[in-house]
Amino acid sequence: MKACGIVHKYGDNVDTDVIIPARYLNSSDPAELAKNCMEDIDPDFVKRVKKGDIIVANKNFGCGSSREHAPIAIKASGISCVIAETFARIFYRNAINIGLPIIECPEAAKEIEAGDTVEIDFDSGMIYDKTKKTEYKGQAFPPFMQKIIEAEGLINYINENK
Amino acid sequence: MGMTMTQKILAAHAGLESVEAGQLIEANLDLVLANDITGPVAIHEVEKLNKKTVFDKDKIALVPDHFAPNKDIKSAEHCKCVREYAKEHNITNYFEVGQMGIEHALLPEKGLITAGEVCIGADSHTCTYGALGAFSTGVGSTDMGCGMITGQAWFKVPSAIQFVLTGKPSKWVSGKDVILHIIGMIGVDGALYKSMEFTGDGVANLSMDDRFSIANMAIEAGAKNGIFPVDEKTIAYMKEHSSKPYTIYEADADAKYDASYTIDLSTLEPTVAFPHLPENTKTVREAGEVKIDQVVIGSCTNGRMEDLRTAAEILKDRKVAEGVRVIVIPATQAIYMQAIEEGLVQTFIQSGAIVSTPTCGPCLGGYMGILAAGERAVSTTNRNFVGRMGHVDSEVYLASPAVAAASAVTGKISQPAELGL
Repeated sequence: MKACGIVHKYGDNVDTDVIIPARYLNSSDPAELAKNCMEDIDPDFVKRVKKGDIIVANKNFGCGSSREHAPIAIKASGISCVIAETFARIFYRNAINIGLPIIECPEAAKEIEAGDTVEIDFDSGMIYDKTKKTEYKGQAFPPFMQKIIEAEGLINYINENK
Repeated sequence: MGMTMTQKILAAHAGLESVEAGQLIEANLDLVLANDITGPVAIHEVEKLNKKTVFDKDKIALVPDHFAPNKDIKSAEHCKCVREYAKEHNITNYFEVGQMGIEHALLPEKGLITAGEVCIGADSHTCTYGALGAFSTGVGSTDMGCGMITGQAWFKVPSAIQFVLTGKPSKWVSGKDVILHIIGMIGVDGALYKSMEFTGDGVANLSMDDRFSIANMAIEAGAKNGIFPVDEKTIAYMKEHSSKPYTIYEADADAKYDASYTIDLSTLEPTVAFPHLPENTKTVREAGEVKIDQVVIGSCTNGRMEDLRTAAEILKDRKVAEGVRVIVIPATQAIYMQAIEEGLVQTFIQSGAIVSTPTCGPCLGGYMGILAAGERAVSTTNRNFVGRMGHVDSEVYLASPAVAAASAVTGKISQPAELGL
């Protein structure tokens, strides 16, 4: 599986309140949530984002609230992968559970810039910045999580295994 | 190699002799929690599971507290979804408006969680129950939903940071100041993926309400959980509130920690986290002149009995500063009732504050105290992210109930000493 798209770049500690503000949590519809994704940190994100695009951020991406609405909103907005230096742990679990690919890679997070075209090969964990002609090795998932991802989320994994 | 307190609890719940940091395990769950925001997403997800029945109707708690009492039609539909699921599956611990409270104050109060248990909740502040010596952690809706059906969840066994607490905090320094100080010291990802294990002689000088506040904000340092040893105060609390058995786990003497910090509680001062991260801490003395528009005293962090007593002690025979709106929210019905019986509600209203029914409301910018552009609040809640309590250009300053109440009187960030207290 591969993803390829234009990069939207953010800094440290992007919290789930800015990914999807609580004032929109009276809905749980992915398309509805996507309309307000990143609104409080990047009001133009929803106008700019195209299917397949990639978010690159620094440390502790997705910190704060446990709202699964955050990865749901990102996925529904068209984002194909989030690369970060580190992820907050609840966001990390949620992304895997709903099938939003995420990769931890400090070097890629530091060097890739907004507007770069980036391709990710999920099988090898390789990240290619096609604009800069650089490549990075992202952290591979442990086999246990790989199984959840291959099943396209925790629900299918449980249906197949329990 | 020795195990941390958290590792021992996880090993026991995974049926293993021992575990080590980094190991992936499946643990049996003693309690699974969701609210009116995360519950509907979980319920929608579990409808896709082959197995439809819940693992144990007595070990699930559903608490509509975030946008309840229903703030609008969409929220009403969410609360209805949770209510109907609870009814259909005969969930014992569903708390309707009238019985409900803010989940992390309510569950310990109702005795639903005790020492040595494992709990997941689809709310990041589920880590609160570490105050009781339980392993509890926040998860998302899918994890919660799957836990509700299977009674299990997967975990990566965390390593730990040890916090050795010594000394006794001074009168106006509370658990909130302790945890803000720690987050200021280690940062909002200082304990990412790790346990925060509190220990030391100073723990005995912290009340249960202090410990709930501290464990509650472990997530604000990125931690998987925060946990306290079980002592006489914990046992007294559990005996008062629960008929469930409990198990006391202690960290091994040779347990390995990634880091260890010693904090002398007697040296701490009233502390405030400036916008827009809980790690931006300053002592109130260092805060300078910060004028405010609103004060919120409540939430899963600081809406408990001691918090209200502290705030009332300061507001008694004083008036809220002109132009400041003060919102007091007792965290549960029992706390609300006790506050009425002790005359605290009267004190709040006489001072010019309002008192609300239990709700998470303003903490997450839901309702009941939303900020306009340019407005500032001192709040006893747990997050001060951009837009957390309203407009993106508003500001939240996190503080203890004592600092919040003193600030309500002066109209700027203040501590009780400034009122001659």
